[in-house]
Amino acid sequence: TLSLASIILLLVFQGKFTLLRDTRTDGSFLVHHFLSFYLRAGCKVCFVALLQSFSHYNIVAQKLGVSLTAAKERGQLIFLEGLKSCLDLLFGEKEQSGQPSPLQFLSEGASDLKALFDFVRMSLTPAGSDSWKGPVLLVDDLSVLLSLGAAPVAVLDFIHYCRVVVCSQLKGNIVVLVHSNEDSEDEENELVVNSLCHHSDLILWVEGLATGFCKDVHGQIKIIRRVSLELTAEKDLVQVYQYKIQDKNVTFFARGLSAAVL
Amino acid sequence: MSEICCFKGHDLKFYWTINWVVILLGIFLLALTLLLFIFPKNKENQRCVVKIQVGDLSNKKEKIPTVLVFTEEDKYGLYSNLLFKYFLAEGVVCGHELFVASAKEHPDNILKELPAPLLDDTYRNELGEEATAVKSEDFQDSMKIAWRYQNLPKMEASPTSTKFGHYYDVSKTMPPELFQSINWHSFYLPEELSLQPKMKTCNMNSAYTRLLQSIQRIIYQEGFDGSDPQKKQKNILRIGIQSLGSMLWGDDICSSDTPEDIHSLTKFLYVLRALLRKSLSACIITVPAHLIQNKAIMERVTNLSDMVVGLESFIGSERETNPLYKDYHGLVHVHQIPRLNSLICDVSDTKDLAFRLKRKLFTIERLHLPPDLSDTVSRTSKQDLAESAKLLSSGCGAMAIGKKHLDF
Repeated sequence: TLSLASIILLLVFQGKFTLLRDTRTDGSFLVHHFLSFYLRAGCKVCFVALLQSFSHYNIVAQKLGVSLTAAKERGQLIFLEGLKSCLDLLFGEKEQSGQPSPLQFLSEGASDLKALFDFVRMSLTPAGSDSWKGPVLLVDDLSVLLSLGAAPVAVLDFIHYCRVVVCSQLKGNIVVLVHSNEDSEDEENELVVNSLCHHSDLILWVEGLATGFCKDVHGQIKIIRRVSLELTAEKDLVQVYQYKIQDKNVTFFARGLSAAVL
Repeated sequence: MSEICCFKGHDLKFYWTINWVVILLGIFLLALTLLLFIFPKNKENQRCVVKIQVGDLSNKKEKIPTVLVFTEEDKYGLYSNLLFKYFLAEGVVCGHELFVASAKEHPDNILKELPAPLLDDTYRNELGEEATAVKSEDFQDSMKIAWRYQNLPKMEASPTSTKFGHYYDVSKTMPPELFQSINWHSFYLPEELSLQPKMKTCNMNSAYTRLLQSIQRIIYQEGFDGSDPQKKQKNILRIGIQSLGSMLWGDDICSSDTPEDIHSLTKFLYVLRALLRKSLSACIITVPAHLIQNKAIMERVTNLSDMVVGLESFIGSERETNPLYKDYHGLVHVHQIPRLNSLICDVSDTKDLAFRLKRKLFTIERLHLPPDLSDTVSRTSKQDLAESAKLLSSGCGAMAIGKKHLDF
């Protein structure tokens, strides 16, 4: 449905780091959107899905018109199902030859996420026969790594290494989802989120409405284009819209102009 | 004299105009009552009895949500224990397999105290008695000020008969013959400490490691993960874990401000989530959240769970004597609801839920405040209300939480 816009966006938007941030609500609908968007645009996607199973994303993607199973089969999608590899790591009997598990840091208590980075690098480095447009790394969600014992510095290092490879070398894009709360007491998480905010090219900040629950408006989204990073002495461009999530799509509208009101 | 004449004259005019006003008003009222019949009435069900049910599997090929329900315990653990037992009792009645894990109470004892299920007729009779009691009181009242609501249905005596779940009588225990047909497994920590865990520890608390290993073993052996194609009759495993995170599990997050290992509980939940997603199972965990000093842990735990419900009982708090809450025993806070396999989640309109434990029934209802009959313009406990409104307006984590208490 957004084919022309998406192609234009893709050409303009290369080597960028997009941060998806949610506060007081669930921003995972953006992850589903980006996943189906990049797959439809013909990019090679490495999806690090830490919190949900493959079938969850598959079912939603089918509603959005993309088949993840087909994408996996033709090599366009490399899906890391965090939950499954965690089980293989902890309960698996035989040692996997050669490649260590991407979630190696869980069992060894190792403090770095090098194995995860190696996995990403190997997935997105183009093989000879690949004809896909730019590589994309999608992470859902980064805050889980902190819950699993990774240090905030390790998480930031991991993102930094990924940026070097994916954004700078391979001219691809990275999209990462994090959770944050204004009065959060999770200092480690806030540290990671603030640091990522400073380094992002585009921030999509999804928030619940300040006035509380509403049936017709599920929240507001703030789109922050970090123009200030381009050193042209311009301020960041901020646009605010409100949205409503439906079964097969999400509608965006200007503030106060929800269909229920008009 | 002239004054009296003038007065009389005015009087007459006054009466005439009043007459017209009354007639017009009468017509207006008639029109309005007619309109009420034309437009559909509000059929909101004032009472919603919440049941946790995982459906009957036999013929369905739908995806079963493998849900991780996380309950924050109330201060004395009374009501969360009740919910825990309801979950297990529903499993017994539906014929599911049970796995009960506890560090303080032996699972055999927990299972002996499950509430007895009510057959449909008995339940209607119970509710019928209460309903007639209520009806006889205000039978004669016709509304004078709120006349527009005269035709709306009163608080429904019995909920609409949906075949979703079962009702239980809290005053009776479940008869033992219902247990005979089901398989159940138990994990009582003091008995399991002697065994050595075989899985890689990943720096987790050893009690949690043992529990995970036990769950994984049951899932694998009984074929809940689909590893055994021989099994024709698929069933669901209901896992109940009591008081996770408490000191009895060897975790110090409840007793110390700076616990030694803040990651054990979250790692445990992550692996448990992985096990649940891989198998046909649902799990309820109760956690003494009020004891956990480090709120960051609670935030992380909320992110790792599908559904998070908090119970706040009024026992020992100032709300016990607050006339606003006289009908209830506590509040139910739904912090998060599952958003699985879909972009949207099933949010109810009601954010304010309260529970009460009657002699036989435990019900969760929409919280409604009694009318304010005080002389002052605002309620006496306005400050208290503002606080509770902040809590009440916090819906599930997936939806917005109101920041400010808007005063109308």
